[in-house]
Amino acid sequence: MIVDVGIIAAKAFLVLFMVLNLAGVLGWIERKGSALIQDRIGANRASILGFAGLGLVNTLIADPLKFLTKEDFIPPHGDKFLHTLAPCMAFFPALVTFAVIPFGDVLVLGDRAINLQVADLNFGILYIFAMASLSVYGIVIGAWASNNKFSLLGGVRGSAQMISYEVAMGLSAIGVLMVYGTLDLQEIARGQGTLIRDLLPDSLGFLKTNIGQLPAWGIFLQPLAFLLFFVAAIAETKRIPFDLPEGESELVAGYHVEYSGGKFLMFFAGEFAEIVTAAGLMTTLFFGGWQVPYLMRDGFHFPWWESWLLPHLAVAALQVAAFTLKVLFFCWLQILLRWTVPRFRYDQVMRLGWKMLLPLALVNVIVTAIVIVAVNR
Amino acid sequence: MVPLNYYLILGAVVFAIGVLGVIVRRDLIVVLMSIELMLNAVNLTFIAFARFLGSMAGQVAVFFVMAVAAAEAVIGLAIIISVFRHRQTLDPQEMQLLKW
Amino acid sequence: MTPSMMLFYVLGGLLVIASLMVVFLSSVVHSAMALVAALFLIAILFLTLHAPMVGVLQVLVYAGAIMVLFLFVIMLLNPAAVEPRRRFGWGFGIVASLLLAGALVAVMTNGEAPLDPVASTELFGSPETLAKSLFTDFVLPFEIASVLLLVTIIGAVVLAKRES
Repeated sequence: MIVDVGIIAAKAFLVLFMVLNLAGVLGWIERKGSALIQDRIGANRASILGFAGLGLVNTLIADPLKFLTKEDFIPPHGDKFLHTLAPCMAFFPALVTFAVIPFGDVLVLGDRAINLQVADLNFGILYIFAMASLSVYGIVIGAWASNNKFSLLGGVRGSAQMISYEVAMGLSAIGVLMVYGTLDLQEIARGQGTLIRDLLPDSLGFLKTNIGQLPAWGIFLQPLAFLLFFVAAIAETKRIPFDLPEGESELVAGYHVEYSGGKFLMFFAGEFAEIVTAAGLMTTLFFGGWQVPYLMRDGFHFPWWESWLLPHLAVAALQVAAFTLKVLFFCWLQILLRWTVPRFRYDQVMRLGWKMLLPLALVNVIVTAIVIVAVNR
Repeated sequence: MVPLNYYLILGAVVFAIGVLGVIVRRDLIVVLMSIELMLNAVNLTFIAFARFLGSMAGQVAVFFVMAVAAAEAVIGLAIIISVFRHRQTLDPQEMQLLKW
Repeated sequence: MTPSMMLFYVLGGLLVIASLMVVFLSSVVHSAMALVAALFLIAILFLTLHAPMVGVLQVLVYAGAIMVLFLFVIMLLNPAAVEPRRRFGWGFGIVASLLLAGALVAVMTNGEAPLDPVASTELFGSPETLAKSLFTDFVLPFEIASVLLLVTIIGAVVLAKRES
């Protein structure tokens, strides 16, 4: 009993540690990466004993210290309690969502099989959408408590955008749920280990030798859903190109204009943690999660070649490494997108969410249903 | 194991607090929020009975109560917006046109 | 005092405090946030009562969408002044709700309800069981609920439109 609790606590600590660290590192990648894209040098002035470490010292040591030692300013007629509560409500969902994302298959230590996922809920995806819908409160309350018209405008725009794209995100994930037949994220990740040829009936035998060799990842089975989910997830995290709620050159930083110091750091870190969570969700639903192609629990089984058997710990380590690499790739992709694409206007954002993403997601669900019924016949 | 009566008492207390809010508060939005509180107390009672009698009908009932409560909150807020546009106030005491 | 009893007392106590805050706080936004807290606590109570699907739906629909709508309307209407302090009939209200609570408790705890829960399977309250009930036994109310939501959307748009 105590050992079980200890294992869960260790997993939770590990995941929290990883997400928070990655949020910090992403801040650095953003600043240095944006500098490289824009052909400038970026932050490199802070240094310890002359060692500036490519801006690492600046972003990871000097910046947080600066934020934490600033004056805690609450606007004079603003709401004191809500002003302090809002950054917490913005930060909380980004962290707890990662509890159901599996970062590996089972790890067998002695006679104990540890499922590499903090909480194994059989309704994992619903939990993620529930927590994502709570993240609207940080914006709304932060905007209200600042007693500032720019802030309120940014907050109303931001929350309207977020609730619109929640619908599109949920509907685009339904296609994936239909294909894998479960709401449990660990089962979805495991289901992506089978090869496509095992899912096809014999009547489509001609496909079994070419595309049937691929593993049944979500991107191959649901490409449209991936595109819709990707766009909706970026809109949910309010990154450019959907960044109007915080529009730096238009709304003076929108809903967090009256925040400075530690509270702004929480909003900031919450946004980067949301990037990590969106990346984790995209890899789990569409890119196999921790799956390495053709790697089963006992080793590699190539369908056109022989098998390589590997010890269990090597398999587990490879899978966790694969998950980490995929998450890093999607984080990098979102940061790249931020510095490459211009910002949408607000009516364009609303039109995209309701008139383009939502009907496409519904069409995707219908087509998926038809294909599943036809293939299983 | 928590006995059933405890859940029923909790539901009754929250329901009564909601009724208090509807009677006493002079802001239509808070009245609507108290109605939501009453609906949730009823949901809690339904789920408690569903658990203790082993029947899924309680949970399906809660599902429908939630859908209807969502619809009612939307319409209630739309009505509040129209009323505010006409009367510039949200005080139920001011809306006495139907009183004799 | 088993852990589940302790959990119930904590959740129940916090729920009563949150409901009292909804009714007694003078700022509307504070009442709305207290209601969000109350809804979240009720969702956790649902989870302890073997209703995980309904609990998650409660957070997703109630706390995540309906209350955001409430906050939107509050921010839109911007009730600048706090409502008049002399509220109507505090004494009458408290007496009435105490009588109601007493009557409800007397009626509900008088019955022959089983004091121990029926042993439930792993699937009780899971999405599969709820969906199975919903699409077989209760499919007519389900369809009527979807028509109701459609009518609600149309009605709300019509009601809240500006007369132009």
